[in-house]
Amino acid sequence: MNGQSLTMTDTAGAKRHSPPPAWRKPVLMGAPLVLLLVAFLVFPVGQLLALSVYNGQGFTLAPYAQLFASSLYATVLWITLKISLATTLVAVVAAYPIAYLISVAKGPAKSRLIFWVLLSFWTSFLVRAFAWVVILGRNGVINSTLMSLGIIDRPLDLLYGFGAVLVGMVHAMLPLAVMTMLAVMENIDRTLPRAASTLGARPGTAFWTVYFPLSLPGVAASAIMVFVSAIGFFIVPALLGGRKETMITQLIIDQVQQTLNWGLAGAISVLLLTVVLIVFVLYDRVFGFASLTGESAVVRNRDTAMRRLGGRVLAALGSASDALIGIVPRRHPIAGRAERPLALTAFVWFLLVLISLPAFLMIPLSFGKGGLAWPPSGFTLQWYEQLLQSPIWMQALWRSIVVAFGTGLLAMAIGVPAAFLMVRGQMRGKGAMLAFILSPIVVPRMIIAVGMFYVFAQMGLVGTILGLVIGHTVVAVPYVVMTMMAVLRNYDTRLDMAAQSLGARPLAALRHVTFPILGAGMLSSFLFAFATSFDELTISLFSSGGLSATLPKQFWDEVTLQVSPVIAAVSTGLLLFVAALIWVADRMRRRSLAS
Amino acid sequence: MSSSSLSVQGLAKRYGDFVALAPTDLVVADGEFLTLLGPSGSGKTTLLSLLAGLVPPDEGSVRIGSQDVTYAPPYERDIGVVFQNYALFPHMTIEENIAFPLKMRKVSAADAKRRAREALEMVHLPHIAGRYPRELSGGQQQRVALARCMVYKPSIILMDEPLGALDKKLREHMQLEIKRLHREMGTTIVYVTHDQEEAMTMSDRICLMNAGRIEQLGTPADLYFRPRTLFVADFLGESNILPADLRTRVGDEVEVGVGSSGVSGRALANGHDLPPGSSVRVMVRPQNLAVARHGASAMGVPAVGVQGRVSEVMVTGSLTKVYMEPLDRNLPPLVAAFPTRNEADAVRIDDVLTLSWSGRDAVVIADTAAPAAGTA
Repeated sequence: MNGQSLTMTDTAGAKRHSPPPAWRKPVLMGAPLVLLLVAFLVFPVGQLLALSVYNGQGFTLAPYAQLFASSLYATVLWITLKISLATTLVAVVAAYPIAYLISVAKGPAKSRLIFWVLLSFWTSFLVRAFAWVVILGRNGVINSTLMSLGIIDRPLDLLYGFGAVLVGMVHAMLPLAVMTMLAVMENIDRTLPRAASTLGARPGTAFWTVYFPLSLPGVAASAIMVFVSAIGFFIVPALLGGRKETMITQLIIDQVQQTLNWGLAGAISVLLLTVVLIVFVLYDRVFGFASLTGESAVVRNRDTAMRRLGGRVLAALGSASDALIGIVPRRHPIAGRAERPLALTAFVWFLLVLISLPAFLMIPLSFGKGGLAWPPSGFTLQWYEQLLQSPIWMQALWRSIVVAFGTGLLAMAIGVPAAFLMVRGQMRGKGAMLAFILSPIVVPRMIIAVGMFYVFAQMGLVGTILGLVIGHTVVAVPYVVMTMMAVLRNYDTRLDMAAQSLGARPLAALRHVTFPILGAGMLSSFLFAFATSFDELTISLFSSGGLSATLPKQFWDEVTLQVSPVIAAVSTGLLLFVAALIWVADRMRRRSLAS
Repeated sequence: MSSSSLSVQGLAKRYGDFVALAPTDLVVADGEFLTLLGPSGSGKTTLLSLLAGLVPPDEGSVRIGSQDVTYAPPYERDIGVVFQNYALFPHMTIEENIAFPLKMRKVSAADAKRRAREALEMVHLPHIAGRYPRELSGGQQQRVALARCMVYKPSIILMDEPLGALDKKLREHMQLEIKRLHREMGTTIVYVTHDQEEAMTMSDRICLMNAGRIEQLGTPADLYFRPRTLFVADFLGESNILPADLRTRVGDEVEVGVGSSGVSGRALANGHDLPPGSSVRVMVRPQNLAVARHGASAMGVPAVGVQGRVSEVMVTGSLTKVYMEPLDRNLPPLVAAFPTRNEADAVRIDDVLTLSWSGRDAVVIADTAAPAAGTA
């Protein structure tokens, strides 16, 4: 009897001393990220929006009166929407074959394709936009080539128009479109189109009625990512657009930097944010947000008129492509049925060369004597000498590296536990939490940047490294969480259990098993954050202050004030840096796979 | 075999409202090969995880040897676990994988290397020490997982469906391999499977689980020939289960009337002490049914029996299986199996046969799960 009561006390005691309450761990894992976003995303953006109805003394609608008084803002909004929609359409259509080919390719062919997409993805927006200035300019690549061939006598006005902006925007957004689409396409069961063909569907029909509908969530995700990025973009329209193709983000910059009219800046932000929100609500209605993370690529099954119509259109497309395929005689009956038709491969490589080429044009220019005019003449290293001897450039480079490292570390410290929580945690409201974590990607960068500037100014963080690290972490952390979530989903937790059953204490298991296996994934998350910060211009544009520029800010100032061939040297350096980074990351990934 | 190496008392686990394991008692003898058998969701993997310390129990206790390890983490229990997917560390070589538990136990590197090599020789794979797991076939990975588990001589090895991913032929080969290692090492093994044949071939005792409870615990022969419940009779092998009324007791057998026509037959009482008139079930294995053409007498056994019309005949090789619809509509379909004979006297569809059995080959099962004493 005595023994039994003792046991019972023991059990009760054990329960009282049992590990801390179940809610503590998830809160500790998720809280830093939530606090960061509340303090440096929700609060600043809220402040900015509030400024549009509060002028320091009381409630006012004056900014909105100003907004609707002149037709300027409506016109600019219309142009913005037009450019964004056109960009989305072209980028998504061009991205589809690239993503498709990558998803069906295997081995080294796949790695090669991905390398080129990643190279454009990570090459600075500034470098790529500036390359188009060189290509399309009066003395640019196209005009010089056409003149030397005798096709035209006078240079054409290619720059500063809708066409130039569209080309630049599509070029900027295409890699993003490919990467987003690819996430969904990689998850499509490769046997389904084959099953369709055993059931009697010819290749065209199999593609349009089976593969294409399954890939639609990826297309939709990619379209919305491109649209939201495009609508908040200012680099391309500012460099290539001229006065007529002003986008709404440029108006916000003007209000903040030139007229210091915070109320109007706030009102324009409300306008921009409203448009984005409408688009997102529509998206959620049709596809659901889950498809954005590539988690569940399933279109809701509703038998609506739209669906039936869609089905008929796809069936028609299928028959049409089959008829088309039927015209071409099959030369190799067996090879002709391979999954990667030659024509598609050739077309995709053509696209990839096209999106990579502009940045590479910078290399010959950076060694030329003739400045930025095409074709480059002579050979000189003077632009590199100027660059290395310029304290402004060198300080900017150093500051960018410090900020990018800080951002990488902070984003990992905050994002990795949150990713563990999102993948392994059992809790309600995960979907809402994920939406919140991803919100820095969704809210146009310009609005975040202006709001942050306003708050940083009050806190004395403008022009400080800390301010930039915080600002960049806010926009980089969603990428860290997404990358780590993908890595963790592929990680078999039974390996941890196995390690523990073999005698490893939790820390030893983490050191010998978990981290070595996750290492490559963690490194790529870090590089993602690093690269995001290294190329970040919008936040730096305001918050780096006048004298403490980062590399992209210095680049921007240089490009907008005076165009010098030093820019070509900087661009070349950035391009090589990015290529080296991707190569290293890929080597690390392969080594971790090999072992 | 006398001392217990593992004992479990009142161990239970719930997930919300779902009872994964009702309070359970279990004692495993030293050196015993015990199989946890059951359909998916029966609680066998939950029990194994509780033994391994991978999940904490809600109540009850676990003892390994003389130590209470109920709340001890896995690394403080003297156990080894072989996981269903093997859980070999992909970033370590085979030798590093096997040396890992020794490294965790602070064994010197040279010693660990030597013992890892020895373990590899035990599983007949001495030449693959430098390779990585993904370079091995499924069967090789399986053997490496065994070697990694045996290298540090834990007092108990827990195996969670270790052969589930292998094809039939390889699975049978590995069953023999595991039995051999078990004999050579003398380790206690607790083995989880849902494959009843595997459980029958390998185990000293089988613990058949259902809905979070132990349904019956005993030797393979106990469970096969003397099932205590309908679930056990049905789960292990093919069986004929006939509703019957209990008539009289004759030694350790009883006489029963089968079906609505009350055809008389005998069966082992199997420890049930039920009054005459109780309705029970009688279980007979297909190979224990004697078959005679209607009207003929069958090999000395009284030719009274249940009559059935043949609905299907299947020659499976050494055995011929005959499926029948009993003429008595209250009886379920029956199956008999006998050594395949020459075609001359082959049974054909629509033949009417008489089925009988010896009392030693049939067993009484209480009609429902024995009603609890408290319900009356």
